[in-house]
Amino acid sequence: MAVLNEEQTMLRDMAQEWTKNESPVKAWRKVRDGGKNYDPAAWDAMREMGWTGVIIPEDFGGSDFGWMSLGLVVQEMGKTLTASPLVASALAAGAIILGGSQEQKGKYLPQLASGDLVGTLAFDDAERHTGANSATTVSGGKLTGTKPFVHEADSAGLFVVLASDGVYLVEKGEGVSLSKRSLTDQRDHAEVTFTNAPADKLAGGDEDLAEAILDRARVLTGAEMLGMAQQVFDDTLDYLKQRTQFNQVLSSFQALQHRMADLYTELELMRSAVEAGLQALDTSFKVPEAACIAKARANDALHVISRQGIQLHGGIGMTDEYDVGFYLKRARVLEASWGNSGFLKDRYAKLGGY
Amino acid sequence: MATVADTRPEDDLDAFRGEVKQFLAANFPESLKGKGNAMRTVEGPGEETAEETSWREAMGSKGWGTPTWPAEYGGGGLTRKQAKVLEQEMAMAGAWNPIGGMGVMMFGPTLLEFGSEAQKKEHIPPITRGEIRWCQGYSEPNAGSDLASLQTSAEDKGDHYLVNGQKTWTSGGQWADKCFCLVRTDRSDKHRGISFLLIDMDSPGVEVKPITMISGMSPFCETFFTDVKVPKENLVGEEGQGWTIGKRLLQHERTNISGGGALAALNAQPLSKIAEHYLGTDENGKLADSDLRGRIAEFEMAWNTFLLTARRAMEESKAAGGVSEISSILKNAGSRLGQQRAEMLIEIMGFKGLGWEGEGFSEKELQSVRGWLFGKATTIYGGSTEIQNNIIAKRILGMLDHQ
Repeated sequence: MAVLNEEQTMLRDMAQEWTKNESPVKAWRKVRDGGKNYDPAAWDAMREMGWTGVIIPEDFGGSDFGWMSLGLVVQEMGKTLTASPLVASALAAGAIILGGSQEQKGKYLPQLASGDLVGTLAFDDAERHTGANSATTVSGGKLTGTKPFVHEADSAGLFVVLASDGVYLVEKGEGVSLSKRSLTDQRDHAEVTFTNAPADKLAGGDEDLAEAILDRARVLTGAEMLGMAQQVFDDTLDYLKQRTQFNQVLSSFQALQHRMADLYTELELMRSAVEAGLQALDTSFKVPEAACIAKARANDALHVISRQGIQLHGGIGMTDEYDVGFYLKRARVLEASWGNSGFLKDRYAKLGGY
Repeated sequence: MATVADTRPEDDLDAFRGEVKQFLAANFPESLKGKGNAMRTVEGPGEETAEETSWREAMGSKGWGTPTWPAEYGGGGLTRKQAKVLEQEMAMAGAWNPIGGMGVMMFGPTLLEFGSEAQKKEHIPPITRGEIRWCQGYSEPNAGSDLASLQTSAEDKGDHYLVNGQKTWTSGGQWADKCFCLVRTDRSDKHRGISFLLIDMDSPGVEVKPITMISGMSPFCETFFTDVKVPKENLVGEEGQGWTIGKRLLQHERTNISGGGALAALNAQPLSKIAEHYLGTDENGKLADSDLRGRIAEFEMAWNTFLLTARRAMEESKAAGGVSEISSILKNAGSRLGQQRAEMLIEIMGFKGLGWEGEGFSEKELQSVRGWLFGKATTIYGGSTEIQNNIIAKRILGMLDHQ
């Protein structure tokens, strides 16, 4: 992995330690069986460790460690499938940092940094992500439109909403109604309908504000996917080393060795792409291209690794009792988020002028 | 042994930069700018022009063709930082290194590590001056991926070895002056029966036959040894140490293959630009073939990911003070992508990308075809894709040996 500085190494070690001990996949299983969005005690612990403020400037109560640092935490959470609104809320904060007025920043960022408030992006008008376009309208400061699949919508108190003429902040409450959508990952998703909801425009930032917000969503989602891919790969490798058939451990079969070598190659290429995406967000260098590369690679690599994870586990991988299926189901939800590979190829070509 | 590097302070880089600029201004002929030809090792040396000769001799006298090799054997004796400065200044001046080939890339570094003092004194200086061409005698008709099963024998005859057998895929064998060769000195032990021997290509009993490849080129040869007498002092290391020495040399080869591939594509025009020329664009400025457009974007993203990975491998190796684990994936990833690019390139060109020779094709089109065919070798030589996967599975993933 990328060469880290001291504070990043500390943060990564802390996240690794905590997820391993306090939030293993077992904990997600409990959350799911209890029909909850996340474990409130775990979320409190994350807030106390400062994870909700990693990308938020110090003036607004964060630690300003940057996207690479947050990406390290998110990877660890991806490894153990820790359910929380951390990613969604960081993306909402990122949007306000990019396009918020001083007043908007002062009002929302400290609450997002402490985790007292959870934010999320409500961008897509339909079941497929097609970029920064929306038919949602705003008139006289009131926003109207429907966002059929919003992540962490139930947990969120603040929506960052894409409308036809820009990006708006809408607080949960007046004019906002939710209808739960249970996706295959069994996390918190809902259709959110805004009917003349009071909306406050993010007037700052470049004219590409919405795309810049989406680029951050692509990269950070890629980081979660990287953690997941790493874990599926490691679990599968462990399984092949202990499972015996024909009086041999499976890892001694060359067909399986070569498949794992190919998957390892995919995984490491994915790691380079995602880490480069995080670095691009921190340095503001070629962000749109880097975000396309990071998410497209994450999509493709996690797709094949999650499929092969099931296949290489054999029948046991098909059972709910084994973890590998959770990763497959979460993987597809994240692949569809903020651009599938087909969309990203098209976007990359457009950015390249062809 | 004191080299120039030991006595020259590190912070003297500015002065060194000045020295390089001066040297280039005085010795690099304007007419050779950008004319360095990487295909020379493939197509053969051809005739050196007078200007090329004087440029090679100038670089050779400084030892700058092999900048970090010890000065006492004719190398440049430069520190890595100085070598970097030299590289930067040469790139800026459009100058290229006239001293290369297997002697520089593979044999030299290996001999510096394992050779005797007398061997280094004899063989390294001519390499640094670009005077002697080396070829590699490794593969045999029945020893490809399973290289250690090689059968070419070297029989101990007291003051010399008597060599018999056949090598194949000898790159540049028809132009080489000398061959570094893996030979069998003991039939009872597969790996420890192998020795590393240096053979003059003009010795009686050495016969070289170029092999015509699918690309129409003949960069490789078959080399036959029939009762070839080789002096004992041409043994590198001990008898039976050949496998160890030979494997180290292969590491140099793999580094060069993946690095070279990356460099080649950095200099190449993006596929999208080439496609615009051949296919045209629609009213929105998109490439006319939407499927190809998607595949080009996919390739360009994958290629960038490969470059990012190569950079990460370098940074990790530097930070850890050893070779990063992911270096092992670079050969497979790089060679696969290189072939993919070549396939797409000829697809973009249509029938013009299938021209064999003669009229109706540009030089670039014909080169693309030959390059496409020649590039099929990259997933086979230097340890095939399958061998690399064995190495990854065994050494990195700790999966059991299947043998």
